[in-house]
Amino acid sequence: MADKIATRQAYGEALAALGEKYDFVVLDADLAEATKTGTFKKKFPERFFDCGIAEGNMMSVAAGIAAAGKIPFVSSFAMFAAGRAFEQVRNSIGYPHLNVKIGATHAGVSVGEDGATHQCNEDIALMRTIPGMTILNPADATSARAAVEAALLHSGPVYMRFGRLATPILYGDDLKFEIGKGIKLREGGDVTIIATGLPVYMALEAAKILDGEGISAEVIDMHTIKPLDSELVIASAKKTGAVVTVEEHSVIGGLGGAVCEAICCACPTPVLRVGIEDTFGKSGSGAELLGEFGLSPENIAAKAKAAIKLK
Amino acid sequence: MNEEKKALLAEHARQIRIGAIKAIHAAKAGHPGGALSIAEILSYLYFEEMKVDPKNPKDPDRDRFVLSKGHASAGLYAALAEKGFFDKELLLTFRKNGSILQGHPDMKHIPGVDMSTGSLGQGISAACGMALAGKVDKKDYRVYAILGDGEIEEGQVWEAAMFARHYKLDNLCAFVDFNGLQIDGKITDVIDPTPIDEKFAAFGWNVVVIDGNDLDQIEKAVECAKATKGKPTAVIAKTVKGLGVSYMENQVGWHGKAPNDEEYAIAMRELGETL
Repeated sequence: MADKIATRQAYGEALAALGEKYDFVVLDADLAEATKTGTFKKKFPERFFDCGIAEGNMMSVAAGIAAAGKIPFVSSFAMFAAGRAFEQVRNSIGYPHLNVKIGATHAGVSVGEDGATHQCNEDIALMRTIPGMTILNPADATSARAAVEAALLHSGPVYMRFGRLATPILYGDDLKFEIGKGIKLREGGDVTIIATGLPVYMALEAAKILDGEGISAEVIDMHTIKPLDSELVIASAKKTGAVVTVEEHSVIGGLGGAVCEAICCACPTPVLRVGIEDTFGKSGSGAELLGEFGLSPENIAAKAKAAIKLK
Repeated sequence: MNEEKKALLAEHARQIRIGAIKAIHAAKAGHPGGALSIAEILSYLYFEEMKVDPKNPKDPDRDRFVLSKGHASAGLYAALAEKGFFDKELLLTFRKNGSILQGHPDMKHIPGVDMSTGSLGQGISAACGMALAGKVDKKDYRVYAILGDGEIEEGQVWEAAMFARHYKLDNLCAFVDFNGLQIDGKITDVIDPTPIDEKFAAFGWNVVVIDGNDLDQIEKAVECAKATKGKPTAVIAKTVKGLGVSYMENQVGWHGKAPNDEEYAIAMRELGETL
């Protein structure tokens, strides 16, 4: 875990690399430097369109481009892509099931200093309610690059979630990334830790802590929130009998909600959710805030032990 | 335009009105006022101007039409049926459970519908996207849209207006159905969006103001749009809401309700349709 790269960085690089092979266009809303679509813009200026600070229009423009048969990638911060433009994503893109790829960066509290207005902890919950929307939340730069290509090759709308903060590389180039298939990073028998996005590496650290205490934790990287890999979730929940979900998102409606929905009927199992409690973020360094809002290996390990007690 | 062509297009407009009222009456719901006001524009676009083929509705090189004021769907469906995209009998299933003719245009299921619309302000942005895609792909198709005059109260319309000018979308022509009425009353009483022409001009568009129920003037506006390079065209089309059915004309109450059987008979008689 020596190298650290932000998933937004990987997003920009992936667009620039894939742009050589595939014919797509990229839209941004005056944030190309921050979302890293600027990397694509420098290489393919004729296929990059800044829409200015007008995210609602940008989403509907993207829908029109897709309706005309071209694939657009559309980028902004998660707050504005999923939040401000929710209804455009729902009605212009989701309802007609158009082939638009939304690259939302700066998700979660790790945005840091900008504070609560820019820290989106609600986007997964919002996007999950749109029928036919695929949601990808890669954990590291390698899987982020793979997610961008998978989204491009997928037919239909995709919401991709990326972070601002540089995070450890978890995967090598041999990664097999398949939409809808979670990745079991570690086998275990006592508790299942299902994580998504940035805190996946923390889940692995937590498993090491638990291992030191004689507790065997299974760790799953759930990079696709929708469609959820219910089969994997249910099989693991049945095996271990206790589940912890981990996400840099509200504990309401995100991965935790999706996992609970999947297992409540199939195999009722205690689930404890680690994420942003029902509260807004605040200013501070990203790393500092993650810990303060409960995203740390120590807290995940503590929640795992608490979940085991609920068996 | 010559008299023969004008008579033909006027007849298509009459059929569009008849189809829209039949659909709304059968559905016992819908939006007659704003469907009737745009009948001449729809007639001119579908029967004179646009390159569209009912036998090949998804032709990638076709001209596109976006009904940004999606609630006037009955008018669009009647025009599509008149053009032959589907059987006129289907109009009688409008808004009914199981019908492809949804309350608002649905591009996934209705032949000839180029964009799903209904949430106001979004269609014009999608039309911008289609026009931009045409530019990127160096295709010569044109994109037409109809906005409501109430619809332009949506801020997104002006985001789209900035976008279309910035990217010099001269392949885009947007009509504003300036009938002066919206659900809650006169547009100037609800939240005044006038002067509409000056607003679009200030946003850098080519602007033409016409009588939107006059086929000659519609033709001149469309020709002006096609001859204008480097910027999009807004056609501010002054229309009469409910035109063709006397008791609906300029009546705000006929924005969104269906005629009863008695009113329906009067409407058909006035439109020259024998029941």
